[in-house]
Amino acid sequence: MTTLPPPSPRKLGLVIDLDTCVGCHACAVACKEWNDGGQFGPLPDRDAYGAEPDGVWFNRVHSYAVEPGSDHAEGASNRCAGPDPESPAPKPGLTVHFPRSCLHCEAPGCVTVCPTGASYKRAEDGIVLVDEDKCIGCQLCAWACPYGAREISVRKGTMQKCTLCVDRIYNETLDEEDRQPACVKACPTRARHFGDLGDAESAVSRLVAERDGYALMPEFGYRPVNRYLPPRPRRDAANAPPAPPREETLDREKLPGVLRWLDRVLSR
Amino acid sequence: MRPTFSILCFTVLSGIGYGAWFLQGLAWAIGPICEAHSAASGVPWELCPVAFWTKAGSMLALLFVSTGLLCSLGHLGKPSRAWRALSQWRSSWLSREGVFALLTFVPFVLIAAQEVALWIAVVRAGPDGTVALSGWVSQGGLPRRLLGFCLAAGSLATVFCTANIYASLKPIRAWNDRHVVPAYLSIGLYGGCLLLAAMTVDRSMEFRDHRILLTGTIVLAVACAWLKHRYWRSIDAQSSTTTGHAIGLESLGTVRPLEAPHTEENYLTHEMGFVLARKHSTKLRRIALAAAFLIPALLAVLTFVLPRVYPLTVWLALASGIVGLFVERWLFFAEAKHAVMAFYGR
Repeated sequence: MTTLPPPSPRKLGLVIDLDTCVGCHACAVACKEWNDGGQFGPLPDRDAYGAEPDGVWFNRVHSYAVEPGSDHAEGASNRCAGPDPESPAPKPGLTVHFPRSCLHCEAPGCVTVCPTGASYKRAEDGIVLVDEDKCIGCQLCAWACPYGAREISVRKGTMQKCTLCVDRIYNETLDEEDRQPACVKACPTRARHFGDLGDAESAVSRLVAERDGYALMPEFGYRPVNRYLPPRPRRDAANAPPAPPREETLDREKLPGVLRWLDRVLSR
Repeated sequence: MRPTFSILCFTVLSGIGYGAWFLQGLAWAIGPICEAHSAASGVPWELCPVAFWTKAGSMLALLFVSTGLLCSLGHLGKPSRAWRALSQWRSSWLSREGVFALLTFVPFVLIAAQEVALWIAVVRAGPDGTVALSGWVSQGGLPRRLLGFCLAAGSLATVFCTANIYASLKPIRAWNDRHVVPAYLSIGLYGGCLLLAAMTVDRSMEFRDHRILLTGTIVLAVACAWLKHRYWRSIDAQSSTTTGHAIGLESLGTVRPLEAPHTEENYLTHEMGFVLARKHSTKLRRIALAAAFLIPALLAVLTFVLPRVYPLTVWLALASGIVGLFVERWLFFAEAKHAVMAFYGR
């Protein structure tokens, strides 16, 4: 059924820390690896070892350069005109690695446009899934998603997307600590966190509150569940206040006798 | 957005077909126009030439509608499951479109059955015999008028749903525009008018229906061209999503892509990163306006002035109109930008 279920108190999702993500693509590779063999796989590729491989990945890691805008407004116009030897182009202020995957929206447009009922949002935990046996591959859901979460499998003819590793997080054959999405388990810098964002006391919710986590493009009204944590402010040598010169203190009483005498003589 | 041929065929051809069915159904529903004509010319309604163009026109419309709908299956990854698309009419415009598209065949098939019954009665009666018609098969009777109304309403609903499939997609701003639904409806009507005018077999220019269709062609051509002009002005004024806004870090400065997430094209960049049309949009818009609206309108005027050139003019008008509408629809898809491309900085 593609009409949405009543809002559930449980909103499972990811919190992704853009401050610590190093753009290693481990999450994307681990995701591909797990889901290729998981319940929603396989994720077959076309021309996998050829010149133009093409296949479904649930997770894509972009890398961006952020150039401080207001400080370098003139620099920006210079860059447009071409390299100018007089004013060297300002260095990138920041490199941000940005993993992009399904945000498991609370009001997902991709679900309501589905004509077959193949796309659905689970009432119990809010995970957005595709029933591969019902999907007709019309691709309307991919058009409806501004976050690029859905990709069609050319080999299968049906739409595929992030499942939040629903076949891991409830999987009782796995050890308790492994019942997390593959991307979260794989992240070497712990930039990805999984939990219930509907519970204000959960670790992920507290992290979002602490670090001002934000949702992507809220103006579409799809109300993403996943949150991104912005990069922490960078230390800037030019703006830092000058450190006060350190005063050296000497406790004369603790010095041995000879040195105390030397100190007294030299202090005259 | 990549303009897929199957979707172009679907929206253009079924749009024209349903437009013709709408006009045809309307003509049947408000039968008095035809009846008055029949009474004035002294020809029995069943035998007057108007009945020929209605049959030929609506049969050609059937061909357009069916071809369009079959083409739309070509866009599916799993066409054999297409029947499933009829289930989610509560939330999905695509599903509603499918439901109305098929429901509209019901009055059409019933009207066709009436026509066959009528034809059998006429053949049985022989050339000199009088045809005794029971109420339900007669062309001016209440059943036909009700079926005509259903055909018109179903056709209108189908094209309205088709337009809303696109107009409801918020990530594609050019489609989420208020001109899209009126443009789809009026272009469908215009195409239907062209089709019916081309199928009118009448050299004498005496028939009122024919003059209505030619006048309709001219008026609708002007209206559609004006709507498309307004639409293009509206989408040209739209700003596109910036990369900084997409990743939510625009407050930190100017964001530009440093490394792409994949070395080759993927589904998203292939399907949604189509640039060619925006590069040549000015030229293509002129071609669309001229072929779809200007040339057919001029040909319709020529038919009024020089009735002898008929029917060549209306056939040319239909041909030019179809070509022009394909260019118009190609642009509608190809010019539209999808928000997801902001992540790729395109």
